[in-house]
Amino acid sequence: MTGMRTYDVIVVGAGHNGLTTAAFLAQAGLDVVCVEKNDYIGGAAVSRNLYKDWMYSNCSYVCSLLRPEIFRALELHKHGLQITPFGGSVQFMENGDYFGTYHDPEVAYREMARFSRHDADMYKSYRADTMRQCRFIRDFLLRTAPDPTSFRPRDIRELLHIGSKFWEMGEDRMYETIRFWTMSVADYLDGYFETDVIKAAKSGSGIIGTALGVHSPGTAYVLLHHYMGEVDGNVGSWGFARGGMGAVSQAIAGAFEAAGGELRTEAGVEKILVRNGKVQGVALENGEELKARVVASAMDVKRTFLDCMDSSDVPERFHRRVENFKIRGSSGKLNIALDGLPTFPALPEGSTLMHSDMHFIDSMERMERAYDDWKAGTWSQDPYVDMVIPTLNDPTMAPPGKHFMSVFVQYCPHQIEGRRWTTAEKDAFGQTVLDQIGNYSPDFKDLILHVEVRTPQDIEDEIGITEGNIFHGELTMDQLLFNRPIPGYAQYRTPVESLYLCGSSTHPGGGVMAAPGANAAREILADLRRPNTVPENFGDD
Amino acid sequence: MKSEPVHQGRIESPFYARQKALDTVNEWHQWKGYTAANELYCADTEYFAIRNSTAVFDLTPMTKYRITGPDALAYLDRLVTRDMTRIAPGRVAYAVWCDDAGQVVDDGTIFHLREGEYRLCSQERHFGWLQAATIGFDVTVTHETDEVAALAVQGPTSYSVLSNLGLAGLAELKPFSLMQVRFKGTDLMVSRTGFTGDLGYELWLDPARAEALWDALFDAGKLHGIRAIGTNALEMARIEAGFIAVYHEFLPADETVRSGRSRSPFELGLGWLVDFTKPVFNGRRALAEEWRSGYTWRLAKLDIEGNKPAHHSYVFAKEARNRGNIGFVTSAMWSPVCKKNIALATVRTPYGKPGETVWVEIFYQREMHWNREMARATVVDKPFWFPARRSATPPGRN
Amino acid sequence: MTEHYDAILVGAGHNGLVCAALLAQAGKRVLVLEAASQVGGAAVTREFAEEFSVSACAHLLYQLQPEVCRDLKISPPLAAENIPTIALAEDAGHVRIAGAAVEGVAAEDARQYRRFHKRMTRFARLLRKLLVKPPPRLGTRSRRDLYALARLGLSVRSLGRDDMREFLRLIGMNIHDEVRERFASPLLRGAISLDAVLGTHLGPRSPNTVLTYLHRLAGNSGRVAVPRGGMGMVPAMLAQSARAAGADIRTGTPVRRIVVDNGRVTGVETEAGEVFHSYTVVSNADPKRTVMRLVGARHFETRFVKRIHHLRAQGNAAKVHLALDALPSIDGFSDRDYGARILVAGDEDHVERAFNPAKYGEYSSAPVIELAFPSVHDESLAPPGQHVMSAVVQYAPYALRGGWTEAARQGLFDVVIETLARYMPDLEQRVVASELLTPVDLEAEFHVTGGHWHHAELALDQFLFVRPVSGAAQYAMPLDGLFLCGAGTHPGGGVSGAAGRNAAHTILNRGKGR
Repeated sequence: MTGMRTYDVIVVGAGHNGLTTAAFLAQAGLDVVCVEKNDYIGGAAVSRNLYKDWMYSNCSYVCSLLRPEIFRALELHKHGLQITPFGGSVQFMENGDYFGTYHDPEVAYREMARFSRHDADMYKSYRADTMRQCRFIRDFLLRTAPDPTSFRPRDIRELLHIGSKFWEMGEDRMYETIRFWTMSVADYLDGYFETDVIKAAKSGSGIIGTALGVHSPGTAYVLLHHYMGEVDGNVGSWGFARGGMGAVSQAIAGAFEAAGGELRTEAGVEKILVRNGKVQGVALENGEELKARVVASAMDVKRTFLDCMDSSDVPERFHRRVENFKIRGSSGKLNIALDGLPTFPALPEGSTLMHSDMHFIDSMERMERAYDDWKAGTWSQDPYVDMVIPTLNDPTMAPPGKHFMSVFVQYCPHQIEGRRWTTAEKDAFGQTVLDQIGNYSPDFKDLILHVEVRTPQDIEDEIGITEGNIFHGELTMDQLLFNRPIPGYAQYRTPVESLYLCGSSTHPGGGVMAAPGANAAREILADLRRPNTVPENFGDD
Repeated sequence: MKSEPVHQGRIESPFYARQKALDTVNEWHQWKGYTAANELYCADTEYFAIRNSTAVFDLTPMTKYRITGPDALAYLDRLVTRDMTRIAPGRVAYAVWCDDAGQVVDDGTIFHLREGEYRLCSQERHFGWLQAATIGFDVTVTHETDEVAALAVQGPTSYSVLSNLGLAGLAELKPFSLMQVRFKGTDLMVSRTGFTGDLGYELWLDPARAEALWDALFDAGKLHGIRAIGTNALEMARIEAGFIAVYHEFLPADETVRSGRSRSPFELGLGWLVDFTKPVFNGRRALAEEWRSGYTWRLAKLDIEGNKPAHHSYVFAKEARNRGNIGFVTSAMWSPVCKKNIALATVRTPYGKPGETVWVEIFYQREMHWNREMARATVVDKPFWFPARRSATPPGRN
Repeated sequence: MTEHYDAILVGAGHNGLVCAALLAQAGKRVLVLEAASQVGGAAVTREFAEEFSVSACAHLLYQLQPEVCRDLKISPPLAAENIPTIALAEDAGHVRIAGAAVEGVAAEDARQYRRFHKRMTRFARLLRKLLVKPPPRLGTRSRRDLYALARLGLSVRSLGRDDMREFLRLIGMNIHDEVRERFASPLLRGAISLDAVLGTHLGPRSPNTVLTYLHRLAGNSGRVAVPRGGMGMVPAMLAQSARAAGADIRTGTPVRRIVVDNGRVTGVETEAGEVFHSYTVVSNADPKRTVMRLVGARHFETRFVKRIHHLRAQGNAAKVHLALDALPSIDGFSDRDYGARILVAGDEDHVERAFNPAKYGEYSSAPVIELAFPSVHDESLAPPGQHVMSAVVQYAPYALRGGWTEAARQGLFDVVIETLARYMPDLEQRVVASELLTPVDLEAEFHVTGGHWHHAELALDQFLFVRPVSGAAQYAMPLDGLFLCGAGTHPGGGVSGAAGRNAAHTILNRGKGR
């Protein structure tokens, strides 16, 4: 009778973070069940077979943020995960030219110098300055954010740690850091580059997944959020998970099950059960109730408290804060099965740029105008897309000679002017994107076998993330570090005793990083007075 | 508009074909996008060409900027730490330039080509920085690396070789001077400069005439032991001369990520290049403060006992390692001409004063096995190698 | 024979005058040189049409610091104090805001606004503590700076746990979300949004606009006043106070350059070629003008110059002055209402939409506007029975694509009249004379680079420790003897005098307490 079973821990949601929490807790010897509403696991880190023999990474599509410390501690290679680096990006220009980046620094230099020698020479100081910020923030990824209002020794120790990391930069670089955290990516890039297309190329990472434009203050930091990933120590480089992003979730699930954990799919949580301010367990949609000492929710903070709990379960003030937490749907996705490899006549024959991230926008103004459309409640008419063809690196995702194309689209609103998307609008959105790519690839449209169009609303409906936001909450200053998700509740604990958050709504935020899940597990283990199984940051000095 | 795709792979210098013809070992590396020789036959032989006869080294990949305009002098004077008003036309200045924090961005040579016109020559590229420094000056900075072919002609017989070319005025050319001559219908600039610490010259000209120069040079040097050399031989000569090199003794300040990884001129033994009588230059305020409060590092030239090169060694104050290290070796070699085990090291102040004894921890491998040895080292003041011919004018014919 | 002074002030804007007065009070021999024929810089009253006068740039007094009034022993006569704010509605359903009270909105909004106002005022008071002192330096071993930093930390902590958390969250937030969360009334949301972005190159959705809102409140808890005799009255009194303390103020004496000799400032040279000698020169001009034109970039080091070069300082607001033969009719307005500060901003999205074109170098086709009829309070500004309107029009970017040609100016002017005519149908008939000052005009008239009334964009990355740029946030420039005291320094613009006062304290405390 599973209905009567009492677990040590129930983890709600089998996305990569939920699975990570579950795996570390199971490794500590706890009796853990991870429940998932869908009939597949992975949340937004999935490989879906939606068309014939094609595998789509139909939500997240690249993997570099996944912390190597976690990979190693969970021995994910034993559970089938293999991450291969890929590099470069290309910016197609309206005038028929293009701007590409290359692995060889000298070729990359020459390419930049084709547009501006100044920019080419400035790149190394841009890189050094950005890496300095990366190093600064990376140290906090696998740490719990301290509460600046607290006088507890641990918080004070952590605050001093941050303070000393900051102080050791020296006066000038401290100021630069303050500016970096508060400025727009456009202003940041203006300090280094003069060429519009180069700035456009570098600024994409400042807005991906956010409801901000390249001119919005705070976007320089978001840049970092995409740069701080690494593949084999190469900071800022990107990688593909062999077999698609589902391989990440499958591997973490493998580690979880190997440690004795129990995984239950098609087990959507109707309600998180709370009595006298303490969590009791969960009630599933099928009526079944599971009991546990601890519940960890990998759902976003809004879904957890607004959809799966009564407002009376938490203090009113907290409830209001959750309501005001900002999760904004701003990105859509097209997953495309192709009959062959499309050609891009602007590129020379055999260009390595075919393997890279492709973009079809070439100026800061176009970037910003794309955002204006979103603000007006509709999708960008001239969107910023981040397009890759993973099958060029990973032959497992489509039949030989066929290809899978992943197109991330910024901006795409959760709703159209405040109401649900109609089918016609969704088609029109998809067409906007296909047309933009088609402008640079004459044979592209003829090669299309199948297209899956995903608006933030589709992602919300299927996966459950509020507004389908890839980060489970905007990455603005008011929602980062000790403010994430709610000031005073930034240490994975909630006002409800034994209820924890472990999803991307918590520090350090979204991306397939698994750090929130790992940090939450560490806090849970500390509260349960169990030995810690969660690794620390690799040092870097 | 379909544009010419960027060139993939390496660029060939105008001297590449000539070097390739002499090459026997196929040891090349990439230098600022150019293909450059590590060695062409044997680094030791090539090294002795520098010290014993004449060595020819392709300098073309060195980064070169042309600085022109009414404010060229004022601009350079604010850019570098030394007094540029003293560098007359026809003279060359070794200089170092810093950021506002007084940290070295790079070092290089500045050629005063003619009144108000300069060439700045450095290992690294700095167009971004040089461009930013133009704000407020009527000056133009142009990148001309690819437009100027350059050869270093170094060694005791180099004067004889160049004399055979019939270059007028060569005998009177002093160290750190340059002259413009005509050579086979083209302009050729000859400067008495180099990176070897020996008698030597550098030749600068239009790349289109590069091969003609090379051929004439080798013809003129046939009886004087002329040899083309690669980077490995040059590297040996520069350590003997006690010259610092970027990425060995320092990193460009604008490329450092961690705190404390950049260096001030004082920390590189280049205090003599810092002229506080100038009212303003980049880094002046920070350097003045550093001069008052003291600096952290010192560049030390080490004469080490024994014959095992101290590559990557830690430096200690005492033989027994009862205290932390006081620094590390940045360049090391066995000097064939001095028959000394020499090294350049970065040592924490107050250590590293000339005459002081320190200890280096040397790891060396003999038939797979690794050994460790603590070796006594003396900090020396002068370059390890400084022959009289380096500065004699006119130089002797050898 | 040149005269020697203890300090020379370049520019007699209100901050320059405050600084001069305080230095003079401390017994220093002070000379103030002003290019214009009157003191005040951008805080001036001038005739723009025969017999019609207006405060040419700043038109409402928000922030004049009580400390400044106290130190200088002045109390500017006010034609009106605590004037209310009215957000105009096309259907006469105006929203009236006075202090913590709002009329014209639902009871719940009014209740929410009271709470909002109370909380914002509390945070503004905390912010004020930061504004009235020079920002401490980071990373130095100076005991004074460390002490100031510790005080700063303690004052944030002294808010109490909940407020501190809220404060740390709010400073990163945008005003758009904040008003959306709280208020149902579009006009109320629009009014608060406009207040948060007035004079900046930001839209309500831009993060950190709650901070700019607090900055506006911080001067005098958001109380707005109309000085008698126009804004020019304030500097006139400051000048009087400075003169009384012994400062020598010379108007009509533009400074050509600040003289640098052997790496330090030694005085100034006027356009007329006169040289005044001093080892302390305090520039009330904006940072860019000071560095690039008055001193010359070559006297500074490269990275510093680069920072000044990249300082964002392009104004985005125009001024429109109308001479009116009578007050225009506004549906639902009482006589008293004409004395209010009046806002045209339909809602927060209207403000944001108005901002959009400015990002691409275009002016708003549906601008948001802050306006007042100062002649209602002060009869000296217009002939009897007649009036002047002073309006701040947002957004009108300095770097307009294609430049501020006559056609572009007419275009913006027409848009403003059209916009206002929706609320004041007879406006066009009332206008007897008019004037439009784009940021380019403001630059030319007031010698402020970019025509930005804060001298440098007020944004978090140009705030506190890094205002105007890192390395010069403590008023002393990296050139011996040179100081800044204008709005480009901490804490920014507005007729507050705080920058001038902080600068004076810094100069007087030189060499102490290290």
